[in-house]
Amino acid sequence: MNSLTTYIIISIVLFLLGLLAMMTRKNAISVLMGVELILNSAGLAFVAFGRFVAGNLDGQTAALFIIIVAAAEAAVALAVFLNYYRLKATAEVDKADALRG
Amino acid sequence: MLAIVLSILLAPLAAFALVIFFGRWLPRGGDWVSLIAIWGGLGLSLYLFFARILVAYNPTFLENFSFDWLVWGDYRLTVGIALDNMAVMMLVVVTLVSAVVHLFSIGYMKGDPRYSQFFAYLSFFSFSMLGLVLADNLLVIYAFWELVGLSSYLLIGFWYEKDSASDAGKKAFITNRVGDAGMLVGILLVFTVLGTMNLREITEGVAAGKLSGGLLTTAGICLFLGAVGKSAQFPLHVWLPDAMEGPTPVSALIHAATMVAAGVYLTARIFVILTVDASLVIAYVGGFTAIFAATIAVAQNDIKRVLAYSTVSQLGYMVMALGVGAYTAGFFHLVTHAMFKACLFLGSGSVIHALHHALHHAGSHADAQDLRNMGGLRKRMPLTFWTFLIATVALSGVPLTSGFISKDAILGGTLAFVMEHPVHWPLALFGFCAAALTAFYMFRLVYLAFAGTFRGSPQAESHLRESPAVITAPLIILSTLCFFAFFTLPALNPTTPEGGWFAHLFPNPPRAYETALSGEHAAVAGHGAEAATESLHHTAHNAAMLISILVAGLGIWIATLGYYWKRISPAYWQTRFGVLYRGMFHKWWSDEIYDATVIKGTLGFSRLLAWFDLRGIDGVVNGSAWLTRWASVVQGWFDLRVVDGLVNRAAWFVGVWGKFVRRFQSGQIQRYIFYSLLVVGIVVVLNWFGGLR
Repeated sequence: MNSLTTYIIISIVLFLLGLLAMMTRKNAISVLMGVELILNSAGLAFVAFGRFVAGNLDGQTAALFIIIVAAAEAAVALAVFLNYYRLKATAEVDKADALRG
Repeated sequence: MLAIVLSILLAPLAAFALVIFFGRWLPRGGDWVSLIAIWGGLGLSLYLFFARILVAYNPTFLENFSFDWLVWGDYRLTVGIALDNMAVMMLVVVTLVSAVVHLFSIGYMKGDPRYSQFFAYLSFFSFSMLGLVLADNLLVIYAFWELVGLSSYLLIGFWYEKDSASDAGKKAFITNRVGDAGMLVGILLVFTVLGTMNLREITEGVAAGKLSGGLLTTAGICLFLGAVGKSAQFPLHVWLPDAMEGPTPVSALIHAATMVAAGVYLTARIFVILTVDASLVIAYVGGFTAIFAATIAVAQNDIKRVLAYSTVSQLGYMVMALGVGAYTAGFFHLVTHAMFKACLFLGSGSVIHALHHALHHAGSHADAQDLRNMGGLRKRMPLTFWTFLIATVALSGVPLTSGFISKDAILGGTLAFVMEHPVHWPLALFGFCAAALTAFYMFRLVYLAFAGTFRGSPQAESHLRESPAVITAPLIILSTLCFFAFFTLPALNPTTPEGGWFAHLFPNPPRAYETALSGEHAAVAGHGAEAATESLHHTAHNAAMLISILVAGLGIWIATLGYYWKRISPAYWQTRFGVLYRGMFHKWWSDEIYDATVIKGTLGFSRLLAWFDLRGIDGVVNGSAWLTRWASVVQGWFDLRVVDGLVNRAAWFVGVWGKFVRRFQSGQIQRYIFYSLLVVGIVVVLNWFGGLR
């Protein structure tokens, strides 16, 4: 069971779960969680490909970048949400429709 | 020399400008400015005359001052002043008559509301005439010619509150324009052929044979047309009697020395280039005018109108003299006539002035110019009477006067011409009949005005006074100059100008076309013929003198019989020759004929044109407007429906599409993610089936 396929399947499942969370959750924090799941599924896929296909450290390097970017993104996103909450007194993303046509 | 001439010319212009602009603020309305200008001009002209002409005593004296006015490529238009004997003589005549008229006007125009303006116009008139006299160039002559026309218009219509005066001004101007048009054609004709407008160069060109034959005749007649207008020759004489509506000093100025003399002066200037045919036309026009106007003068009752027709008649004499080749005689008559006609007009002005005041005091509204309201003025106005009588005697051609010798010279010249060419006998007939008529109507005038008893009310008679000195002084000056000796010195022969300074300084010039035709060969042969012509002239002259004394005596005798001794009744003869008398009285219906032909014709033609304008031109304009309007309606419909329709449809489509599409932009990020997923799903599915390969 210790093969590439297993990892990729887990990665896909993680991605789909993240996507589902992004699309369905109302709370902004939950959406952010979905985003984190997607990022981590990508990181897992990088590491798996790096281990089984490339055989070097490139995949792990990319995963490290993702973690760093995710951390920064989380900080920015939380700051946006905080301001959004101050403005609208809610954290529900479907209320954020100022750009509606 | 040039400075003197220029000051004579420009002083009246300066006076005009000064008086017309600042006359209101000058003491006495600025009349002294005009007087100084013209009397100064007279002094300088007399200086030129005595110091230059009489001392030099040279018949071909000529000083030319000219400068380039316009330069077109190779052609230079040179204008300037040509000072010859004729110009100096005319300077003296013009300034003399103008100066006494200025003096006279002080008395005559006293109290007129536009006193100052009158003097300004007089100065302007003098300036125009002096410029005309001095010009060496047809173009400049034409310019001054028109200035004379303009200033005559201003002066004739001076009392423009009266309709008759303003009409007379217009009539004078318009009638003159007719002649001027012909003159312009003549000038352009000469210019086209010879390429110059300078009088001396034109003469040289004709002498060299560059312009000859029918074309030269036409040019001569065209130029003469200008003189017909200005000098009131038949058939353009109609303006002159009407011009009597102007103040009397103006009549004196126009009729004696300035305007009407301009035509004769021009004819004398172009005398050398006239051909035989052109001369003949000129002679007949002049002769016919002389007799025609004399008959009219006989039947007029207005003192100024009699004098006006007399002027027309005398101008006819001068023109006839020039036509028959008696150049000296024609110009001589111009000079002498200027003196006595000015005297007569100013005398009539004195009479009118006095009578007007007398009638005004008596509360009568009778016409102060009508001879029937006069009579017996001799006792009341002795100075006016005697000067008037002297001038009348001169005009009638009684021996010992200047008029006798000048008229006699004309009649002698005409008779000589007729003896050479017997076919043209009517010219002599015209001349002698006009002489008899002149004597008759002038003495009729004198008897009616001055002899007998006053025909107005006794009250008016008691107010009749001799005019003041400013009015009588000019009369005395001018009547003195009617004496023959002023014109015949150093000879003291009262019968002929021959041997006097005038005949010496103004000999008959050789005809230019003759020089062109004959050349030297014929000139040598011509000497014998010349002697023969001279003896012919001598015979003709003596005969003419006898006949003219006879006819003048006859005229005076009949006038005396009819109006002084009352032996024959004018009324009886008037009814006896009813048609003839009515013709004379109504000026041979010349105004009526003009009215029926030219004026009615012009009006009819104008009406026709007006109709065409209204129907034809306006119809086209209105039609095009209608067409444009309907085209606009169609275009507007097309614009509204088709063009706007397309634009609106496009806008509508965009709007509908936009409404549909805006639904997708909900602003909710989660939906966008769903759409992305959907698209990815579609792509994957299509890829699966190989649709995107």
